[in-house]
Amino acid sequence: MKSFASLFIPLCAVLLALAIGAVMLLALGADPISGYATMFGAAFGNLEGFSETAVKAIPLLLVGVGICIAFRTNVINIGGEGQMVMGALLATTVALTFPDLPPQVLIPLVLIAGAMGGAFWGAIAGALKAWFNVSEILSTIMLNIVAVQFMNYLLRGPLMDPAEVARGTGIPQTMRLSPNADLPILIQGMRLHLGVVIALVVAVGAWFLLWRTSLGYRLRAVGHNPDAARYAGISVPANITAALAFSGAMAGIAGAILVFGSESHRMVTDGSSTGFTGSAGFNGIVVALLAGLHPLWSIPSALLFGGMLVGANALQRAAQVPSALIIALNGLIVVFVVSSEYFKERLRPTVRVDSELETNLEENGDD
Amino acid sequence: MTDSVAVMIVVATIASGIRLATPFLLASLGEALGQRSGVLNLGVDGVMLIGAFGAYYTVLKTGNLYYGLLVGIALGIVLGIFYGFITLNLRAEQGVSGIGIYLFGLGMSDLLFQKFVGTPRPIFPFMPLHFPVLSDLPVVGEMLFQHSIIVYIAFGLVPVMSFVLNKTTYGLNVRAIGENPEAADSLGVSVMATRYSAIIIGNALAGLAGAALAIELGIFQQNLTNAMGFIAIALVYFGAWTPTGVMIGSLIFGLVQAIVLQCKTFGVIPRSASDLAAMAPAIITILALVVVARRFRQPAALTKPYVRGG
Repeated sequence: MKSFASLFIPLCAVLLALAIGAVMLLALGADPISGYATMFGAAFGNLEGFSETAVKAIPLLLVGVGICIAFRTNVINIGGEGQMVMGALLATTVALTFPDLPPQVLIPLVLIAGAMGGAFWGAIAGALKAWFNVSEILSTIMLNIVAVQFMNYLLRGPLMDPAEVARGTGIPQTMRLSPNADLPILIQGMRLHLGVVIALVVAVGAWFLLWRTSLGYRLRAVGHNPDAARYAGISVPANITAALAFSGAMAGIAGAILVFGSESHRMVTDGSSTGFTGSAGFNGIVVALLAGLHPLWSIPSALLFGGMLVGANALQRAAQVPSALIIALNGLIVVFVVSSEYFKERLRPTVRVDSELETNLEENGDD
Repeated sequence: MTDSVAVMIVVATIASGIRLATPFLLASLGEALGQRSGVLNLGVDGVMLIGAFGAYYTVLKTGNLYYGLLVGIALGIVLGIFYGFITLNLRAEQGVSGIGIYLFGLGMSDLLFQKFVGTPRPIFPFMPLHFPVLSDLPVVGEMLFQHSIIVYIAFGLVPVMSFVLNKTTYGLNVRAIGENPEAADSLGVSVMATRYSAIIIGNALAGLAGAALAIELGIFQQNLTNAMGFIAIALVYFGAWTPTGVMIGSLIFGLVQAIVLQCKTFGVIPRSASDLAAMAPAIITILALVVVARRFRQPAALTKPYVRGG
């Protein structure tokens, strides 16, 4: 299913970034081999580490799968950050409003609220692109800023923990949310919670959507060749909006899981632009690109990046190398993966991935 | 009595708005130049962060603010060459690779700061310049003629950039390549060299913007820019790709920020409401994007890699 080049090249991009990381470790006075051994040992070496890795991978996978859908529709969704925030805010509001519902009702409800908050935020950008010709790259960036400020307002104002108000410490966070909304822990004594199952189900669902439903077919058709799609009777604006809504919904679920799967069981930020998300809305783009925009390949990809985040913290403790190293390496991986398209084309100049799709579209067009 | 207090507050707010507009202006002038040549750079915020850390660290070690500015520019140039290589030579998708540059800058500046500085130590900003007569004028003097040198550099660049874009051969080449690279190429204008130069100058200005920010604030911390670079990109659309338009947009952003800060200081509005007010610029930009998309046309070749004969 996956050709040699489409697997090999992203792998090279990661290895190249890790090689540069090794040089940086050397420059910072740490031994790269033992450094990487520490990192990957902490992330994948034992069950507890793997549990942490999986927890970190959840938002990355959900955002990444949403990015797969958007990018496949040729919509560049940079708005994962804002969509996560809006999903989390709506889910938090629902949990605050109905704290007494039983878990069997409340947990699905907050997840749906998360999806709706994110979908709404994504659909705004989609509608602006589809009907007002506003670049989704810019509108999603702006909507990120709006969402973060809106969150800062709510968490320092109406939604702020009454205890914080009373103490006057003013940490922007909600009260401890209803225990009925806590995502159940899967393995006693570890942090791995139900969120990982939800993320896996969403990833498989996205794969099914893209390749086994007519809606997915239309989304890919619009992404592949909007003119041909329009000629075949597919509504391009509606599908662009749908793609951003789906993409946003998945980021929104990620935001909700970040709240209800957290150890503090609150929504917390620090007032900065990445305070709540920890850049997961951007890092999800890295996950999707590395997976070749395939929802199922996003699973190992998210685990790899989740592991790098967990490993980075271990590295910080063991060798005093700040964990920000991993954010920098993620950036390089993005750059290398998108640059490698050039080499991919050179390696297989005649293979058309979606030639089957194109033939189908032309046949439809003749009808 | 109350009148004179009101005047003082208004003057102080406008003066601080001009100061706050400066990093936006530098970064978005650079982005505008790049976009006029047909290249979108979403990595501005990352470049600003690296420039900001470089400048902060240099000033911390040497005590010389000008060295700080130069280091900011130099780091911008290095990142500009890198960005040029991946978008022009390797024809990488510009929206996504810019996010890569952003993440790189976000992580790298934080890494270096934690490793080499650790606890934030303040540096001393530029002294305000003093012009004879002008600075001593009532009202206008405080508003316009008591700023630091970097403010005058930034606003001085606006007419320079307008002149270069509209009245020089280089500017004509940049605009031609942004609109129709094939035609420009057939007339013997090097698409590669012109785009490289525009990207490098643009990134140098982003690095300078970061340096100016760090020096103005006298501090560095993780994610110092807090998405300012992304707003700078939006300002280019807001200003319809002209230096004057970009300047007006920057001033509006700076003033809104200054007013919000003033209100916070005087306790006119609670802290949380000022967060709500801080949404305004982004919302205005989205609305402006709707208008701009209808009224003005972006450079026709924006984000499209150029392949000769392709």
